[in-house]
Amino acid sequence: MSESAIQIRIGGEAGQGLETVGQLLARGLVRCGYEILVSQNYMSRIRGGHNFFSVVMDNEPVLSPASGVDLLIAMNGETVIRHRGELREGGHILADASQVEEDAEDVLAVPFSELVPEKLYTNTAALGSAAALLQLDREIFENLLREVLGGKSEDAAKKNADAFAGGHSWILDNSRPLQGPPSPALQQGERLAMSGNQAIALGAMAAGANFCSFYPMTPSTGVALNLAAQAEELGIVAEQAEDEIAAVNMAIGASFAGARSIVPTSGGGFSLMAEGISLAGMTETPLVIVLGQRPGPATGLPTRTEQGDLQLALYSGHGEFPRAVLTPGTPEECFDLTYRALDLAERSQSPVMVLTDQYLADSIRAVALFSLKDLPETTKPGTETEKPEEYVRYAFDQGGVSHRLLPGTGTHLVVADSDEHTPDGHITEDLSVRTRMVDKRLAKRRVLEENAVPPEMDGPEEPELLLLTWGSSKGAVLRAASDLRKQGRSVGTLHFRQVCPLVPEQFLPRLRSAGRTVCVEGNATGQLARLIRQETGFTVDRLIHRYDGLPMDAETIHAQLD
Amino acid sequence: MVSSQDFGEFETAWCPGCGNFAILEAVKRALADSGTAPHQALFVSGIGQAAKSPHCMRCNLFNGLHGRALPVATGAKLAHPDLRVVVQSGDGCTYGEGGNHFLAALRRNIDLTLLVHDNQIYGLTKGQASPTSSAGHVTKAQPRGMPSDPFPPTAVALTMGAGFVARGFTGMPDLLAETIREAMAHTGIALVDVLQQCVSFNRVNTFAWYKQRCYELEADYDPGDWHAAMQRCLEWGDSIPVGVLYKSEHRRPLRSYYPFLEKEPLYAQKRDLDSVERIMREFE
Repeated sequence: MSESAIQIRIGGEAGQGLETVGQLLARGLVRCGYEILVSQNYMSRIRGGHNFFSVVMDNEPVLSPASGVDLLIAMNGETVIRHRGELREGGHILADASQVEEDAEDVLAVPFSELVPEKLYTNTAALGSAAALLQLDREIFENLLREVLGGKSEDAAKKNADAFAGGHSWILDNSRPLQGPPSPALQQGERLAMSGNQAIALGAMAAGANFCSFYPMTPSTGVALNLAAQAEELGIVAEQAEDEIAAVNMAIGASFAGARSIVPTSGGGFSLMAEGISLAGMTETPLVIVLGQRPGPATGLPTRTEQGDLQLALYSGHGEFPRAVLTPGTPEECFDLTYRALDLAERSQSPVMVLTDQYLADSIRAVALFSLKDLPETTKPGTETEKPEEYVRYAFDQGGVSHRLLPGTGTHLVVADSDEHTPDGHITEDLSVRTRMVDKRLAKRRVLEENAVPPEMDGPEEPELLLLTWGSSKGAVLRAASDLRKQGRSVGTLHFRQVCPLVPEQFLPRLRSAGRTVCVEGNATGQLARLIRQETGFTVDRLIHRYDGLPMDAETIHAQLD
Repeated sequence: MVSSQDFGEFETAWCPGCGNFAILEAVKRALADSGTAPHQALFVSGIGQAAKSPHCMRCNLFNGLHGRALPVATGAKLAHPDLRVVVQSGDGCTYGEGGNHFLAALRRNIDLTLLVHDNQIYGLTKGQASPTSSAGHVTKAQPRGMPSDPFPPTAVALTMGAGFVARGFTGMPDLLAETIREAMAHTGIALVDVLQQCVSFNRVNTFAWYKQRCYELEADYDPGDWHAAMQRCLEWGDSIPVGVLYKSEHRRPLRSYYPFLEKEPLYAQKRDLDSVERIMREFE
């Protein structure tokens, strides 16, 4: 976060419409030309509790969450009590006058109940007040409100507009705008306000995903809901399964018959899918699983974040078979890598996992429009063959990746088996066939290696300090590196967007050229550091962890480096 | 014309006298009688001796995990609704390991034929009690006798709203073939619970045991009467009714909730980037 950034926090109970305000504010800020980082902090309950949205607005990309609050929007009294201590100098509290008794100089007690037609619209009024305080373009927000909330009914649209105007005018009449919001550096328009989950769903749609089987589980449910919302227009079957075992098996069946399948889940559900992952490996059926990590073991902290399941993704499923594990760090990478995962699963006829976490899944950022027409074509299964009577599904002579035909699209027969099988797919206990089949399946690792996404490097060639990381800790690492360079230090970064298979030539020289290597991960045991040591023999000098349920940030890195 | 010879003859690994032989023949006849060629059928099976049956005939096959045949079949049917999908597995696989999927598939009314080889015993693992074993049935795993009452597949299916519930018996091969053919013609999920002997591991419910008890439903039996059907589903002991117990197409099959499947199957869809572009712009 730069010096000029403004940190806004919106707090209240579940059920007070915080999410609506948070998302409207996010989209409005992006339309106004700001860079944003909106992260959610919610408790595992439907009503009550204490939830909050953190919104950082800046005129340069916001890479890392940070502490401190400039504008606290308190929808209840508890928010004031909990967050007052975080208020920075010159900060303000915008509160509902009926909820707070405090009469301090920095509290703007807005009589929302007098400004809104019904209590339900308090959140929209608070948005109006915030927009006025931050001197944001009023018309942009009015248009946004009409687009987003206007569709319900004319009455609701008018009440929302009135509530917004009420909150907005009260600030103009009774207060001064907040000191020093940064002016937008970017042109308005042509950008999206998008979360990791939304970007994954969009990447899947762009890749032609048309089958999503899932069992609801935080933080991944949003992927399925975003796909289900477009079921009619895009022809997507989004089927809620009876459990995660069914979800993964349905996806495998759909893939086998020619759908492009994606399965979102989280740790506990993913554990239940382990046998299915093994089945995809054995039957060589394309399968993409999105694993949104949250703190475990077991139910852990269901609505918080962690990067604790990297090793789980690497080793889930019994037996030996190739796989790929992709680890996006931003919404842009969520889009790109999901698109890639769906192609790679078909290309390698293997399971491919995309790892996110609650922080990345839920946090919204400003993202440039994706150039859909420039996306490469994706790999497709076959539907016909010249000599259908001779077709066998698992032919040995095709370099591991055998020609995959779909059942029922010609007179050929497709036979797949979870037992060890002969090239025609039938069960066998011929042990020489077994050895050849294992070799055939493992040969597909070459395809995965050829398509491996290299780690992203930044900074000098031979840095004194190299920070390496994976997934959602990327932003915090980039921010910390930038801070340290400003202090004159020579700092490089290495962000792994794929952790399996690892191709050492892509990163080992970089590790060796650094004076000191520090691995930054949102877990307690340093799972990437361990993996690198296992695959290359290279031991990183130090680990920086965070595993309290909150996302990695630059402040944590600085504190642990010193 | 499709004939049962089109499905081929294969070597099996079953005991002589196994009920699987009769079921295999009945399946081939039902496919031929319904005009389904081998490439038009997709069999999905789990694990167990029953689940190996489709390996013994020419057809498309996905032989998956123990208990998980129904979800695989559900996915495949939605992806390619023109396939004639048959799930074929045993009582342990379908009602035990896959019990939750059994309930969910019935509720979902996915359009497929569910053929369960029910021999009231685990054969492949050599003789433990299955979900349909009678209470008190003594095995090496249940030396003091099976403590639970048996799972009643047809009654449960009826309770869950299934539109086609039938019972077959390997000792009535013509009726079995005809019942399976009728099940395949049904729109929605169709259960055929096939009573069969296990000559190696079930010394209680032998072929003779079934033969003595099984009787064909009367010619004037009305399979449209749900309450009468429930009575016949629960009829078990000295007499066991065999045939189509219940039949009704009052429920919508799952695919009708995805109307776009009528236009083209998922495998044939072209991705629509213009729509994706419009959806992307909703986030502006």
